[in-house]
Amino acid sequence: MFESLSRWLRRGKGSKNVGKSRLQLILINDRTGVSPEILDALREDMFQIISKYFVVKEDDVEMSLEKEEGSVALVANIPVLSMKRQQRQTIPS
Amino acid sequence: MAGKAFVVTSGKGGVGKTTVTANLGTALALQGKQVCVIDSDIGLRNLDVVMGLENRIVYDLVDIIEGTCTRLKQALIKHKKADKLFLLPASQTRNKESISPDQMKDLMAKLKDEGQFDYILVDSPAGIERGFKNAIAGVDDAIIVTTPEVSAIRDADRIIGLLQAAEIYEPRLIINRLSLEMVRNDDMMDQYDIIDILAIDLLGIVPEDEGIIRSTNRGIPIVFTEDSKSAEAFKRIARRIEGEKVPMWPMSEANRGLMARLKRLFGLDRKEPERV
Repeated sequence: MFESLSRWLRRGKGSKNVGKSRLQLILINDRTGVSPEILDALREDMFQIISKYFVVKEDDVEMSLEKEEGSVALVANIPVLSMKRQQRQTIPS
Repeated sequence: MAGKAFVVTSGKGGVGKTTVTANLGTALALQGKQVCVIDSDIGLRNLDVVMGLENRIVYDLVDIIEGTCTRLKQALIKHKKADKLFLLPASQTRNKESISPDQMKDLMAKLKDEGQFDYILVDSPAGIERGFKNAIAGVDDAIIVTTPEVSAIRDADRIIGLLQAAEIYEPRLIINRLSLEMVRNDDMMDQYDIIDILAIDLLGIVPEDEGIIRSTNRGIPIVFTEDSKSAEAFKRIARRIEGEKVPMWPMSEANRGLMARLKRLFGLDRKEPERV
């Protein structure tokens, strides 16, 4: 009984969860074949393109691959500071 | 009926492919099935040693493929203690490039045509190169062996992808060397964690067992041993391969504890993965 109690107190403190979450991250990269370098390059390109239409700060551009229900999604989080007036005018109505 | 051929593979070395092949083969043979186990690890053969048949090798896999030995049956070694169990050993002095996947495919077809075997188990070498490609050529299905370690599970994931590319879509998983004690202490991933990550069906769980070293020392697969937890696990897996529904170790074991019984009473226990 004491053993069960001490085990219960230890729950979540073992190394298992660290291992599991590291493994999940590793597998996201393995499964998509995307290295951090490629992701960085993509981030830069995205910034260039988005900057044509919006005012964004490069440091704010966050990109990551996330696992959802057995598939992998590319998730981008890019805070927009403001629209670019010039660009809006060039878009044909 | 033509037999069913499985490859036993893992990607990572040292997770117990050979031990699993030897013991599953033995367990199936003890259940009355005609079984042929093939060592495809050319240059690093070991299945013969684990099974205690190393002194009886005359011809090997490469001899059959190259035609040095023309009768398949001449190369098959019958096990002393299980007369339905046969081994086709690998060659020790050649390398993986000595045979091609196509030649392996032909050999598997020939073995099936003989009609003698209910099951053919191919023990794969570690890695994902030529040896692996040879091992999966001509099999119907795959058994992936992993241990509950990050590195082994990662490699298993890679193997699942490669098997898919080879049109083997439903491999099943054996988790080898699971320590109930470490799982209880939250220091080891259990079957739920691993299945959650790999998303394939679980074929069985084999507990960590010192007896494996003793049985390998003696050259007698542990399945021949009475009162062994891992032997019991292998026998259960063999029955599952036969299509029987058998409860998973170690849940039945774990459920005997007081806390487990209380948890079950209050519905706090986790359900076993489906299709096992």
